[in-house]
Amino acid sequence: MSKQVVEKLKEKFGALVLAEAEYRDETTVTVERGEVVEICTYLRDDCGFNFLSDLCGVDYLGRAPRFEVVYNLYNITIKSRLRVKVLVEEQDPRVDTVSGVWSTANWHERECWDLMGISFNNHPDLRRILLPEDWQGHPLRKDYPLQGPDREPYQGRLS
Amino acid sequence: MGIEQPKTLGNGFVTTSLDKLVNWSRAKSLWPMTFGLACCAIEMMAAGAARFDLDRMGVLFRASPRQADVIIIAGTVTKKMMPVIRTVYEQMPEPRYVIAMGACASSGGIFDTYSVIQGIDEELPVDVYVPGCPPRPEGLLYGLMKLQEKIMKERNSFGAAIGVGEVVNEA
Amino acid sequence: MATETMTINMGPQHPSTHGVLQLILELDGEIVVKATPHIGFLHRGTEKLSEYRTYHQVIPLTDRLDYLAPMSNNLGYVLAVEKLLGITDKIPERANTIRVIMAELTRIKSHLVWLATHALDIGAMTVFLYCFREREEIIDIYEKVSGARMTTNYFRVGGLSEDLPEGLVDEIRKFTESMEGHLETYEGLLTGNKIWQKRTIDVGYISGEDAIDIGLSGPALRASGVDWDLRRDDPYCNYSEFDFEVPTRTEGDTFARYKVRLDEMRQSARIILQGLDKLKPGPILADCPQVCLPAKKDVVNTIEGLIHHFKIVTEGFKPEEGEIYVGTEAPKGELGYYLVSDGSTHPYRMKIRPPSFVNLQALPQMVEGVLLADVIATIGTLDIVLGEIDR
Repeated sequence: MSKQVVEKLKEKFGALVLAEAEYRDETTVTVERGEVVEICTYLRDDCGFNFLSDLCGVDYLGRAPRFEVVYNLYNITIKSRLRVKVLVEEQDPRVDTVSGVWSTANWHERECWDLMGISFNNHPDLRRILLPEDWQGHPLRKDYPLQGPDREPYQGRLS
Repeated sequence: MGIEQPKTLGNGFVTTSLDKLVNWSRAKSLWPMTFGLACCAIEMMAAGAARFDLDRMGVLFRASPRQADVIIIAGTVTKKMMPVIRTVYEQMPEPRYVIAMGACASSGGIFDTYSVIQGIDEELPVDVYVPGCPPRPEGLLYGLMKLQEKIMKERNSFGAAIGVGEVVNEA
Repeated sequence: MATETMTINMGPQHPSTHGVLQLILELDGEIVVKATPHIGFLHRGTEKLSEYRTYHQVIPLTDRLDYLAPMSNNLGYVLAVEKLLGITDKIPERANTIRVIMAELTRIKSHLVWLATHALDIGAMTVFLYCFREREEIIDIYEKVSGARMTTNYFRVGGLSEDLPEGLVDEIRKFTESMEGHLETYEGLLTGNKIWQKRTIDVGYISGEDAIDIGLSGPALRASGVDWDLRRDDPYCNYSEFDFEVPTRTEGDTFARYKVRLDEMRQSARIILQGLDKLKPGPILADCPQVCLPAKKDVVNTIEGLIHHFKIVTEGFKPEEGEIYVGTEAPKGELGYYLVSDGSTHPYRMKIRPPSFVNLQALPQMVEGVLLADVIATIGTLDIVLGEIDR
């Protein structure tokens, strides 16, 4: 089922679909960053992906582009999943918000901004969500030390 | 006993027994704050519920810090939470006691990360540490009994209560 | 006459916020105009920490997410790792059945705490004591299988850490059979109770469409008329072999969610009894020596077992590069794990999709325009656990 959706997407958006992958029966499509809102709206309205399960950022430090934003979609009617990905440059870590497509994206995007430092254009309320307002840095980035920048790691432990 | 006796109270006999009276009344009606932070709070609730029944020891949970004698730090203390805990602690009337319940409150536990304070004793004076992740309700009961023992050993608690001298803790 | 709104703070130290949730409420008299939740007071950095642990070492971290349902968290995580390794089909029948039994016991346990605290918030003290009494019995079962009351750490990648101890099957059966009577007691105390009805009917309404849009899942979604349960629609373990119903209701209010959860406990009891009947002797670990820890008796008795254990504990295993997402039906909704592997012994990235996090997001729109006292009922009905919201 998900494969047909990818075919439909390719037909409709052509070169905006950058790549597709299949791993352990899960389909992933990588799409152009600028058009993510249109593509998501199309997926919701015409392909039935009415439920955004999850949204998160992944930091591939040392790779270009450095970040990925991953959308895990679910179709409640026919019970199928699809993963959509957007590549994000380190110099310009911005993506258009999809909170207009699924309201649930609101908090997920705030969390992604808070922990990963990817900001979302046109987001209604982009504030830190888990960490205090005055926190410096974005802890889930790979170059952020586990114990925080201001603490010597305890030597008696492996981590 | 090596402790200077306050003159207003006459000889030592009277002082010690009044101390004991005060200590006894404090130890047998320890009212903790209802302040759950994480997993340990559920075990704290279980300790208060039917099977373990903290009430029989005179331990009644109070929702207001103004009415509480002891604060049980039940769970992971994060940097975002610390100002709140300090406010609550400062709102409690003297004498006040702190129990660090569980590994996170005692030492940070398994969460040796950027957002977690590595033990509440970095910020507040802890009287009793209860180990475990989370401690069993029996563990918390034992911790409370240890605190009662500690309170029973205090000297000059009556004198301190009427404004004469300080409470002396015997080691 | 000119009126102005009043802003009040609720939490993070408040007995009815179910942990360390802070709400900023804007009130017009007693009517809530706007509610803004503030979370993160229990943010422990689980996701970051798991990038520094081997796959097996992450299991204890998952216990402490939704600490009312530790086994469900374990289950979601081990299923995700098994899918990443491609060994999902190799899990033995017995292990799968025990996983289902434990997951359903966990559902009952989690719902018991929900009912206890929800009723306590609204003012029914007796139910709290009854629910915790039954919960202690489940905890005893937990203790017998895993040695711990709450943080069980029982499931392993590839199976289970230990088989069920002798005589436990009968104990689980006895408890499960008694559950129906207990549920009738709770219903007798609450369902027909006028106060309970006044406090829950038409309170915290959300329509099915809005619920999907905001991402509600689990019982909260099913009470709004959306018939979706991952156990049935996307079966994992061997749920497809069980006969159970998915309770739904259409009212979308607090009372409907209460009824759905109570019916779910009945269905869970049904699944457990079927599971106990299905249980046959057999292995509890998959035959994948590169991944699974050897049985404890081999570790202490044979040198090969000891070396094997040492190798897996110190080095761990290396799944190939790839990424997967696994969603499971936890007591509170869809619990998802998104795992990225870079071919090393640690997860490269682990994103947890906590059901409570998303469910809490619906709170502002559910309490808009209701009375202040109903905010408490609405928080209770969403069944949130801050451990998994903040992670």
